[in-house]
Amino acid sequence: MPFVKLNGVQVELDEPMSVAAALMNLGLTARKSVSGEMRGPLCAIGICFECRVKVDGVLHVRGCQVMVREGMEVWTDEG
Amino acid sequence: MKVDTVIVGAGPGGLAAARAAKRVGKRVLVIDDNWGPGGQIWRGRAGPMVEGVEFQFGRQLAKLDVDCSQLILACGARELFLPFPGWTMPHVLGAGGLQALVKTGLHIKGKRVVVVGSGPLPLAVAANLKKAGATVVLVAEQASWESLMRFGLGLWRWPARIVQAFELASWNYRAGVWPVEAIAGAVKMSDGNTWNCDYLACGFGLVPNVELALLAGCRLRDGFVAVDQYQKTSVDGIYAIGELTGIGGVEKAEAEGEAAGSGQRLQGNHASFVRSLRESFALRPELKDVVRADTMICRCEDVRFGALQGFANRREAKLQTRCGMGPCQARVCGPAVEFLLGWEADRVRPPVLPVRVKELIDRE
Repeated sequence: MPFVKLNGVQVELDEPMSVAAALMNLGLTARKSVSGEMRGPLCAIGICFECRVKVDGVLHVRGCQVMVREGMEVWTDEG
Repeated sequence: MKVDTVIVGAGPGGLAAARAAKRVGKRVLVIDDNWGPGGQIWRGRAGPMVEGVEFQFGRQLAKLDVDCSQLILACGARELFLPFPGWTMPHVLGAGGLQALVKTGLHIKGKRVVVVGSGPLPLAVAANLKKAGATVVLVAEQASWESLMRFGLGLWRWPARIVQAFELASWNYRAGVWPVEAIAGAVKMSDGNTWNCDYLACGFGLVPNVELALLAGCRLRDGFVAVDQYQKTSVDGIYAIGELTGIGGVEKAEAEGEAAGSGQRLQGNHASFVRSLRESFALRPELKDVVRADTMICRCEDVRFGALQGFANRREAKLQTRCGMGPCQARVCGPAVEFLLGWEADRVRPPVLPVRVKELIDRE
């Protein structure tokens, strides 16, 4: 099962899952809004953009639209 | 590339259209921004592919060079999100959204979930979450019991799966109740009760994804794409099917897909089901009263309800407050301000979804 780095911490996931689900399972919140509220996924179908995170150096990736891959590095706004 | 028919959307309607078009000898290309076929409703389950039809999945298409004589729009719908105090907290999600997350690995076993909203979707979601091991502590329908009973008289028209959801209703089901405020780890309801929950799933209805149709210049009628008995829109060569033409579920989408793909007249009377759904689950005006001046409306740009006062329309408010100018391009707050303030949609401009500059350059 995939080993990933979430906010710099190495984590082994027990099953394939989306980045958004992985973060929620670990109690992490995806992003900070422009006025500083913590936000997580709302629509989970790629429309609301609330779950965006940095994936392998790419900013503003929608976590609900990307499955976790071995060695992936994910940063939330908290990280 | 040259085909006869391009279908946008591989949900039940798009797949039915692809099957029908293939059957009558057309060359067909289906494109969809998801990972696989099935649309939102069959998401996660391996949808039925269509033999001999080309599919392109998971691509943010900035530019698509295809010659075709027929374009079938089967873009489906998204959830309607209604703002209320606290709705931006991370434990508050769309009902379909929570279900989609569970299907892509969110651990829901043993979690307490409150499902609120209106219509068949919250019930179906509650049933699915329960099956996945969640404790559904409350399902709240905003429509009145009277309205539900009236709708119940036409229950034979409901898809079998939804009827099962009703029968499975061993959970705490309440009608005429809606959320007034989400607080940390709980939700306050309109009947004065507060329910503790790990997740609050909200499903107040569906909004058709009409952006591409608008961009193509198709005429709308009451917010949906206007079509004739052959699913033709007002623009030559462009067809629309499924939720785009009226919220009516899988059976309607498949019948319309069959009609558009085959060139035959639409079979069956779907309009009465659409009307019955719309009337029975009409949103009550009290849902507007829960919104306060400090309630967030535009989640992308953090525009609160108070900041929208004094403007005449969406365009004016957008220019002054940035409401609807974020990455979701008003897909969330647009329908909300339409409900709250009666402001209709602004025009659509490309790209319909944000794309990376790289995407634009690579396809030049």
